[in-house]
Amino acid sequence: MADGRKQEFAVVGKSVPRVDGPPKVTGTPIYTVDMERPGMLHAAILRSTVPHGRIRRVDKSRAEQAEGVVLVVTGEDLKTMPGIDPYFGPAFRDQAILAIDKVRYIGDPIAAVVATRRELAYEALDLIDVEYEELPPVLDPVEAARPGSPLVHEQLRPAKAFADLAEIEPGKATNVCYHFKLRRGDVEQGFAQSAHVFEDWYYSPPAQHMMMEPHAALAWVDSDGVLTVITGSQSPSYVKGSLGAIFGLPQNKVRVMVPLVGGAYGGKLYDKLEPLASLLTFMARRPVKIQLTREEVFITITKHGVVSHVRTGVSQDGKILARKVEVYWDTGAYADIAPRVVHKSGYTSAGAYRVPNIWIDSYCVYTNKPPAGAFRGFGVPQVVWALESQMDMIAEKLGRDPLQFRLENVLLEGDLFATGTPVHSAGLKESLEAVAREIKWEPGVRKAVKPGTKSGVARAKGVACGIKAVITPSISGAIVVMNNDASVNVLTSTVEMGQGSDTALSQIAAEELGVRLQDVRVMHPDTAVTPYDTITAGSRSTYHMGNAIRLAAQEVKRQLFETASDRLEVDPDQLVARDGRIFVAEAPTRGLPIPEVFQARFGARGATLQGQAVFKTYAAPMDHETGQSEKVTEYWFPGATAAEVEVDLETGKVRVVKLVEACDVGRAINPHHCEQQIIGSALISLGQTLFEQMILENGELLNPTLLDYKVLTLKDVPESAVPIVIEVPHKDGPFGAKGVGETGTLSVSAAIGNAVYRATGVRVKELPITPEKVLRGLRAGQ
Amino acid sequence: MNRNPLTVSVNGAEHVLSVPGDRRLLDLLRDELGLMGVREGCGVGACGTCTVLLDGVPVNACLTLAVTTRGRSVTTIEGLARDGELHPVQQAFLEERGFQCGFCTPGMILTAVGLLRENPSPTVEEVTDYLGGNLCRCAGYPDMIRAVLRGAERCREAGGRPSATPEGPEAARLRAMGKGEEG
Repeated sequence: MADGRKQEFAVVGKSVPRVDGPPKVTGTPIYTVDMERPGMLHAAILRSTVPHGRIRRVDKSRAEQAEGVVLVVTGEDLKTMPGIDPYFGPAFRDQAILAIDKVRYIGDPIAAVVATRRELAYEALDLIDVEYEELPPVLDPVEAARPGSPLVHEQLRPAKAFADLAEIEPGKATNVCYHFKLRRGDVEQGFAQSAHVFEDWYYSPPAQHMMMEPHAALAWVDSDGVLTVITGSQSPSYVKGSLGAIFGLPQNKVRVMVPLVGGAYGGKLYDKLEPLASLLTFMARRPVKIQLTREEVFITITKHGVVSHVRTGVSQDGKILARKVEVYWDTGAYADIAPRVVHKSGYTSAGAYRVPNIWIDSYCVYTNKPPAGAFRGFGVPQVVWALESQMDMIAEKLGRDPLQFRLENVLLEGDLFATGTPVHSAGLKESLEAVAREIKWEPGVRKAVKPGTKSGVARAKGVACGIKAVITPSISGAIVVMNNDASVNVLTSTVEMGQGSDTALSQIAAEELGVRLQDVRVMHPDTAVTPYDTITAGSRSTYHMGNAIRLAAQEVKRQLFETASDRLEVDPDQLVARDGRIFVAEAPTRGLPIPEVFQARFGARGATLQGQAVFKTYAAPMDHETGQSEKVTEYWFPGATAAEVEVDLETGKVRVVKLVEACDVGRAINPHHCEQQIIGSALISLGQTLFEQMILENGELLNPTLLDYKVLTLKDVPESAVPIVIEVPHKDGPFGAKGVGETGTLSVSAAIGNAVYRATGVRVKELPITPEKVLRGLRAGQ
Repeated sequence: MNRNPLTVSVNGAEHVLSVPGDRRLLDLLRDELGLMGVREGCGVGACGTCTVLLDGVPVNACLTLAVTTRGRSVTTIEGLARDGELHPVQQAFLEERGFQCGFCTPGMILTAVGLLRENPSPTVEEVTDYLGGNLCRCAGYPDMIRAVLRGAERCREAGGRPSATPEGPEAARLRAMGKGEEG
């Protein structure tokens, strides 16, 4: 089916080479960390050494005298600066550029030193004396949510920065900064009717994005008073707005530029270093660059640690009758985008199945720990870990094959999601069936420990699936400029951070305009010229920016057809654009090369045609008490994982032998890219399943370097790692496409956990699945 | 700090420099020679991003003092392509798309070149072993494995060594010390 239709396209649907390939293999791209500016100064940040405390006094006098130091600024200085509102944040304006009065986590920025050289700025940090009045820290999200717990924030200001967060109001005198509720059917009655009720707690630890390029920002003020910031940000449009609000600048006096980004995965969204770099350049009257050390990256933003309580009732014949889910999101000292994480992962907390009676409480909780925000998968992997682990426990109790049990309950086209939204283009069944085929699933309930090929090793397969919804509403703007030689510049604020957007968006523009791929150049974000885009995140760019580019390209094409129709003496609607020509569909030889159309229209060298479009999605309003909405999201991206593991029964070490990940992408604009995204995100999740975790003690991170924090390496890649592209086209997607950046993260942990259980009988409920936990389980079972 | 004379060959060109004793090779290459393809990922020798070839052997430029390269030969990603023609390993990374964000790519390619100098026909296990210290957070690893194997094939077809960098006197000693951890 898909193949037959792909033939219609010249560029879309083909694994064309990445346009960013030649520079990347020759090392020539310039990232933010490489940027310099004449007269540039460097800044370093002094950070809190206590998890919770009042700042009694900061003495910066010695640091100000140090070699190379140009200025030192503290939160106290911010209080008296005219025209500056020092608070920022995409959900709540809860974070100050530098801590004012209070510090809320170990690592909270207190002061900044600006010096002529980076190492001098860091050296001078030691000369700043800080006196704290320590306050009792809150470190456990469940404890922190209880009334009477010490407060991390005494008051909160909603940011009103995004339409989907417009109605968020904080509670009073509580650390729960957002509470998502979903109520559907009668959950108690559902449990009463159930033959079996399952109740379990699960945990997923905080983790690090560990993007290879650290956070960096370079800011200066142009001679015409424009605050200009180069930053490796996933959200240049947001940053422009935020800097305008902080410094009271009109939006045309803030310019944010984003070059290629060396990895982000959600860790470079919203305000990071941009407010501080801007403040410092205003004060120093020279360009200022800030680049974090790896240790600082670790505590700047993290993946949420999550505690989930899942209660599920099923009938004897294997129907899920009721599900009650309680989720505590440890968002650390500042909310960042956590309320959106909690909202979006909140309404998917009942899973990818038909469940008539649902009750969800999802709590976003402040603690005195490093802030947590977006991380590839946006909270859904943590929830799926809990739900899909329990699905296998239920299947076993019912004596059912876990794959079959899922297939019988999984949401199909037109079924109602937990929110009451009908599901469209959600290839869950297709994904599950595809991974089962590839891993050669052997149906049946768990068998007794089966020795593997080696002695002392148990081997088994596990399966899981998950579904995520794209952020809705959101907005993407694009401008398509065609030059008179048929070459094209596409102006968007989509950030190329490795996902291949430059290539996929070029393919969409080339397809629509009927030009060659190499004729298209996607420009990188520069808010002085590129239009608004909500964010480059959440698997939204192909769909949203793809649609905006298509519409903008159609506007260019309309103008080309207008001129060509005069020349060719046919109606514009009889024309097509292909192979760099405009011609009559029914008589392909009657046509004009695009340069001749330009000549006819303008007769001027260097002439251009422009088209612009804004693509905006809508959600139906959601009831705040019940979480019900006729349309909660623009599209769904479902995925499934099958894993085959070998467990060493002597050491408890788990080795994933084969990992299969299938994701429904709608339509693959570039199949190879989709495979890269699918298997890349699945492998990152494999690392987070088996060893990654940020270990904190009294709020202090004990493993803040790559020497102590183990991430996935080449040596951990399974012998077989198979990405499968499922195509269930979306009716409104560009050429049917949806998104794929995160789908591979959703169900990997649960599939591995389920395989470990089937191999050993050990059910690990707290990630990561370390040898220690497995061994303890094995010993307990003996 | 006192400056020390340093004569070093970088990408085939001899440089006569004067450097402080604590200057890292990473900073020398980036700040003084403008070779921005040498990138810092962690600064503690744990990610392989800043890998360069020292007499043909991969080393972490963040852990190598510049003065220790006296009289030796350094190759960075900028020095691999010859006369506008990509090195076979670069070509293989391009064809197999062994990159995503591109930040780790120079270190990954140079480490692969180092591997193929020692072992022209590596197995998958030898590839993952040798490149195991180079982190890619996009986890484009399967593409990279294919790229290294294809690069090996291309190098063998070309009948030459994978790098034109001369085998320096230190190379054998460094290899004996173990791959990539010296400096």
